[in-house]
Amino acid sequence: MGTELGKYKTCVSARSTSKEILKKAQDGGIVTSLFAYALEEGIIDGAIVSGPGDEPWRPQPYVATTVGELMASRGTRYNISPNVSLIKEATRSYGLDKIGIVGTPCQMQAVRKGQLYPFGWRDVDDKIKLAIGIFCMENFPYQSVKQLVEDHAAMKMESVKKMEIGKGKFWVFGERGQVVQLPLKVTHKYEQPACHVCLDYVANLADVSTGSVGSPDGWSTVFVRSKNGDDIWTKAIAAGCFETKPIEQVKPGLELVSKLANEKIGKNQKTVEARATFGVGKALRNPYIKP
Amino acid sequence: MADKITVGHVHMSGCTGCLVSLADNYGGLLTILDRYADLVYGLTLADVRHIPKMDVALVEGSVCIQDKLAVEEIKETREKAAVVVAVGGCACYGNITRFSRGGQPNQPQHESFLPIGDLIKVDVYIPGCAPCPQMIRNVCVMAYLLLKGNKEQKELATKFLTPLMQLAERGTEACGCDLMYDVVNQGLCMGCGSCAAACPVRAITHEYGKPNVNREMCIKCGACYAQCPRSFFNFDVVPEFEAIMEAIGAALK
Repeated sequence: MGTELGKYKTCVSARSTSKEILKKAQDGGIVTSLFAYALEEGIIDGAIVSGPGDEPWRPQPYVATTVGELMASRGTRYNISPNVSLIKEATRSYGLDKIGIVGTPCQMQAVRKGQLYPFGWRDVDDKIKLAIGIFCMENFPYQSVKQLVEDHAAMKMESVKKMEIGKGKFWVFGERGQVVQLPLKVTHKYEQPACHVCLDYVANLADVSTGSVGSPDGWSTVFVRSKNGDDIWTKAIAAGCFETKPIEQVKPGLELVSKLANEKIGKNQKTVEARATFGVGKALRNPYIKP
Repeated sequence: MADKITVGHVHMSGCTGCLVSLADNYGGLLTILDRYADLVYGLTLADVRHIPKMDVALVEGSVCIQDKLAVEEIKETREKAAVVVAVGGCACYGNITRFSRGGQPNQPQHESFLPIGDLIKVDVYIPGCAPCPQMIRNVCVMAYLLLKGNKEQKELATKFLTPLMQLAERGTEACGCDLMYDVVNQGLCMGCGSCAAACPVRAITHEYGKPNVNREMCIKCGACYAQCPRSFFNFDVVPEFEAIMEAIGAALK
């Protein structure tokens, strides 16, 4: 295993000790529990999360300042939530001095770029106190999810209880207990195109990153990365927010995380390279080389 | 003292907001002036009439080409400064002065304003209206490291400043449309929201995860595109964010 998992201090399999959080959590309830702990301890005074939006399963960036508000955003909605759009606003109309933010690997890249190059993010760089990244193979536009659920799985969006990508399938769970699984070869064409140049699977630039891959059902794999993340995670463990198992002792374990990370990065690296010769003597832009 | 770099603030047609933004580093600005830089020129801050020789010129504002003195001064700045930094949207892209058609007393004939890059070669761009105090601070610290640092620091500063030099090479036009032309149209927008957070006039919202620019509101400052992680993302710099932020913090303590 090499650079595909990014730098990290520790890696464990973990699950929230809060039954309430787990009831609607995607996996181990890591994001909600860690934010709830950080809120209650005053480590952050609000968190930018993906709350419910105007349509079923459409997320909307949302500044949660209470545990109750955090609870409303539990679970994953597999489409785009521009959480970073609130990063300055959170310090303005919400008056936050200590911000938490959750996001995909690309959003963590955006946050860190914005801390080093804050062209338009005045007085934000030192206010980001807890950035939680989530593993991400790719994301979907809202209309793609709608098409997958309504056209392929033949379910109504509002009657879906949970969606999940795992074990090589896109799963749609209905309120009445029905389960539809779509092979990922069906979902691939609906992916957000810009995800195909992304070279990060496990949110390498987050303070703490987490996702289901590598851990048993109901648990999450957690990478603790930065000094700051380590400090908060250690305190949260001491406070009893999580039960943990050494990642070496769970199945399928880090090997699978590594395998999927390498698959994503390898495939996308090829896409980036193919863009250089996309036309006839004409290239598509490569953001990793120059603006 | 000998190890300090010399810096000047050159004021073209701008609102002084960029200078205020620099000053908004408060104690940090004083530390910069104490330890790293001597301010050798600045309309409101240094009692110097003519543009002197200097290491770094921070230029604010666009150039009115009907104003002879401004044209002379921007050319002189290029001759006298080793590094010319366009600070803010007006110097980089024209920004709000792009909308000028003259007619303002008492110089109604002053109608044409150009980004400084249309008259001289510019080395580094800091887009934004105004660019944030922390951004100007970071560039100042990196400029110091580039000119006075050890080998390792010089390398870091070069890597940090490279995308800002590339922005200077990219051209003198900017608009919220860049998000469409160079990000969405290029298949690169993943809907993170950075652009909306960077926009000083709240012209950008997100509709179904993609930016929607209200072009009537856009002032053409270039902040949105520069802020976008898919305009540039340098893997040799950003992942080192922890160490770099600590180093900048320590330098200003």
